Amino acid sequence: MSSLNPGLILVIGAVLVPLLPQTLRRWYLLALPIIGFIQVHTLADGTSVTMDMLGMTLEVLRVDGLSRVWGYIFNIAAFLSMLFAWHDKDLMQQVSAPIYAGAAIGAVFAGDLVTLFVYWELTAISSVFLIWASRTERAYKTGMRYLLIQVGSGVILLAGVLLWYAKTGSIDFGKIGIGTLAGNLIFIAFGIKCAFPLLHNWLQDAYPEATVTGTVVLSAFTTKLAVYALARGFAGTEVLIYVGATMTAFPIFYAVIENDLRRVLAYSLNNQLGFMVVGIGIGTELSLNGTASHAFSHILYKALLFMSMGAVLYRTGTCKGSELGGLYKSMPWTTGFCIVGAASISAFPLFSGFVSKSMIMTAAAADHRWFVWGVLLFASAGVFHHSGIKIPYFAFFAHDSGKRVKEAPWNMLLAMAITAFLCIFIGVYPKALYDILPFPVDYVPYTTAHVITQLQLLMFSALAFTVLMLYKIYPPELKSTNLDTDWIYRKLLPCVLGWLGKVIRKTDRMIREEALSVLGDLTAMIERQHGDGAPISKTMQAGTMALIVLSILFLFLIVTLIA
Amino acid sequence: MSFIAEHISVLMVMVPLMAAPFCVIVRHGAVSWGWATLVTLVSFGLSIVLMQHVLTNGTIVYDLGGWEGPWGIVYHIDEVGALVVLIVSAIAAIVMPYAKESIEREIPKERHYLAYCMMLLCIAGLIGMAVTGDAFNLFVFLEVSSLATYVLIALGNDRRALTAALRYLILGTVGATFYVIGLGMIYMMTGSLNMTDLAGLLPAVQNTGTVHVALAFIVVGFGLKLALFPLHVWLPNAYTFAPSAVTAFLAATATKVAVYALIRLIFTVFGDIDPLETYGVRPAVMVLAIAGMFAGSLVAIYQSNVKRLLAYSSVAQVGYMILGISIGNAPAMAGGIIHMFNHALMKGALFMALGCVFYVIGSVKLEDMAGLGKRMPLTAAAIVAGGFSLIGVPLTVGFISKFYLVEGALAAGMWPVALLIMLSSLLAVIYVWRVVEVMYFRSPAIGCENRTEAPMSLLVPTYILLGAAFWFGIDATFTGDVAMSAAQTLLGGSK
Repeated sequence: MSSLNPGLILVIGAVLVPLLPQTLRRWYLLALPIIGFIQVHTLADGTSVTMDMLGMTLEVLRVDGLSRVWGYIFNIAAFLSMLFAWHDKDLMQQVSAPIYAGAAIGAVFAGDLVTLFVYWELTAISSVFLIWASRTERAYKTGMRYLLIQVGSGVILLAGVLLWYAKTGSIDFGKIGIGTLAGNLIFIAFGIKCAFPLLHNWLQDAYPEATVTGTVVLSAFTTKLAVYALARGFAGTEVLIYVGATMTAFPIFYAVIENDLRRVLAYSLNNQLGFMVVGIGIGTELSLNGTASHAFSHILYKALLFMSMGAVLYRTGTCKGSELGGLYKSMPWTTGFCIVGAASISAFPLFSGFVSKSMIMTAAAADHRWFVWGVLLFASAGVFHHSGIKIPYFAFFAHDSGKRVKEAPWNMLLAMAITAFLCIFIGVYPKALYDILPFPVDYVPYTTAHVITQLQLLMFSALAFTVLMLYKIYPPELKSTNLDTDWIYRKLLPCVLGWLGKVIRKTDRMIREEALSVLGDLTAMIERQHGDGAPISKTMQAGTMALIVLSILFLFLIVTLIA
Repeated sequence: MSFIAEHISVLMVMVPLMAAPFCVIVRHGAVSWGWATLVTLVSFGLSIVLMQHVLTNGTIVYDLGGWEGPWGIVYHIDEVGALVVLIVSAIAAIVMPYAKESIEREIPKERHYLAYCMMLLCIAGLIGMAVTGDAFNLFVFLEVSSLATYVLIALGNDRRALTAALRYLILGTVGATFYVIGLGMIYMMTGSLNMTDLAGLLPAVQNTGTVHVALAFIVVGFGLKLALFPLHVWLPNAYTFAPSAVTAFLAATATKVAVYALIRLIFTVFGDIDPLETYGVRPAVMVLAIAGMFAGSLVAIYQSNVKRLLAYSSVAQVGYMILGISIGNAPAMAGGIIHMFNHALMKGALFMALGCVFYVIGSVKLEDMAGLGKRMPLTAAAIVAGGFSLIGVPLTVGFISKFYLVEGALAAGMWPVALLIMLSSLLAVIYVWRVVEVMYFRSPAIGCENRTEAPMSLLVPTYILLGAAFWFGIDATFTGDVAMSAAQTLLGGSK
């Protein structure tokens, strides 16, 4: 046991799932992440297991402070999402979810780039089934797009790893840094999974299409795995600060105008990743601690929000802000948990987001990056706006939609309750989280300045929302505030793209038709020569065979005699 | 024990050779089977001892009857020889337990004992070819194994088995005769038949036309036996119509031993001349090997009989082995040798799985195998796993061989050849996929949806071989080391 990668517990365990009867399966699925958690806990820091393969030394298990944090939270997230999915009898998800979670955990404990690549691809392939499990035409197409991008990220990673190996002769997964072709390729591969700006579309495209429970699972692993990989390989890379700052800011605009509440959450997920990426870019011990702790608390509150929206979707069949409202009457518990999640993501004091996000902000300030600090501050306000207020407000309050449904099933409520508890627990007792961080922590979140700044921010943001609502300029009129960029996105780009698309489609069709006809001729020729009854494959007379033998002998005689 | 250790090389041949007549004496199927199984197990044990002996003490040179070479017959076993002996006896030991049920289904009862007798003779001949250090003795063992093979093929249930066997008889005899003609010419020039002795004598006469012609005859002669394209024409029918167990055994061993004999002749007997280079044979052999890789795979794509499909795939796989030899640097050579071993594992397992199919549904036609994934899940899974090996998916043995081959081709600066190796692997994807598609994505014909799996006595040996095909794909240190050091020894002789 002492040398087993904790991820394999879930991956291998998942293979046995189909063999178990349905009743046993649920308990078994819950047990897997618990065993995985214990395994993470028992592995000592510095444990390293290597394996020789094809002349390369693979480090299939490496444990240190950084991987341990992710190991803990991934197992917790796996457990919570299994509990949330307790009622679901879909075998496809019951198998793919633990494989996916296990692959992400395995990747975190991978000590070399080749092992990382294997798990990296496994997360891509296993997770797409969570989208396909919706079993709609739309989900199928989205899944294909998602798979294409994810596997593409893997291929770029592989190319980078090969170049890296050729250049340095080592496949050790340590500090990589940009500037070389190999490093840049690996950086882009990580960036795709981390949903960097312009590489982010798969996230908002795919997550809202997954099943009720699938989205909860998806939200936890892929992007946070990428954050881990970036923290490991590219800590202190200057450009990450600006990438991250952009990531925190730009999704806000989309989140505000979006109607599908799960898609709003997907945008806010992107925005939260930005904070972590900034932390990696700053690269000090404090900021990396901030990234790790923010990933930890973020997985929890984002899962909680997705769970509450999932519960709403499960009961009402829709997640559109315009069709919901007034649900607090029929789903009071879900409402409560959602508010806890919203408070956490908005970084209210005494909730988990506060103790982790402020670390990154403080690190930015300590590094005298005031502009970045300002962007982060603006983004924090934006987060509160769209995730903290918009989500609970439109789903549970606002105008009453008249929907009267049952409260969420007990297992969903229990999963949400545990998650909510963890969110508050970390907020109230941050030492528990700080103790498992990769670097020693001497940071105090609850200073008067921190609390007051944050409260001011939140109050004024709430005030802005209230005023906008009161004067009924929210949300439709809000579009006018960013009309110029909006116009580029919604009018000019589609127009240009449409024209480009037409040209490309035309040439593409021509090339393809040409290629197809050449290919058709080729296969016809091959079939004529190799197919059934063709000269090369038909049963010959002994005389013909002898003739062939003689001609080959002749060939060799000529060759040898001429030489 | 010391007796066994001392005489182990001759025991390897003698045990199956002397055991064979017993089957004819008792004329009883089940008893013969028990006897043959026992003998193959003993052979297998001996071959492991032999391998260890060669690995620790180096090449064994054994004088038959105490007559020293070059006058007496000498057995000469180095690492490749020991590896080939190991392949033959291991495959025999796995196929024999499998053969009982399969042969009972496919051969009339009164001929069972003949099948086991011939199997033992064939094993003796093949092992003899691998251990002998005498060029004429090689011919004798070649004939022993070939004659047994003709009978084994003719035992097939289908009436076409007879004509297939007859065609193979004619061509096989032509091949063997070519070899003897070539050998006769060499004997004429040097007066010796001992391989090591010949290696010393040949360089003196290397520029005579006789030796040139002799080489051409020898290469074509063995090219026939090992089914080098386009001398493979006997093979597809012979493999298709022979009984399943026989096909599994022959496909896994016969062509490999012929490849080995050719390696022996080119790199030991003609070693000091380096005939591939001096006589300009390399391009000819290489072109035929690559043509075989493509033609074999392309024809396989269009086959409707899966046994025949695999037979053509064998032609392609032989192409890889010969390609490895003809490139002629250490990694490529090692690739060729490893592929001998690896192909024995995967093709043996595949043909055995097909035997299971035939046992249950009485056909190996592609259309009859529709929905096999549901009807015979274990067998179908075995075919898929074996197919992965044929393609060369990582973690299978096929990947290891191709890895070495590509490495060798690149090291020799022949990157187009490396590219062709990859391309031909894609063709394997197509013909394997055709089978997978029929087995898993077509529903079974009406009336045969029931799940009926082949008996354990067929499945267990199949899975043992399949397991080996994965084991040596994941941990290739044993095969890789043996092949690499063997390749270096062989090539050392030609420098």
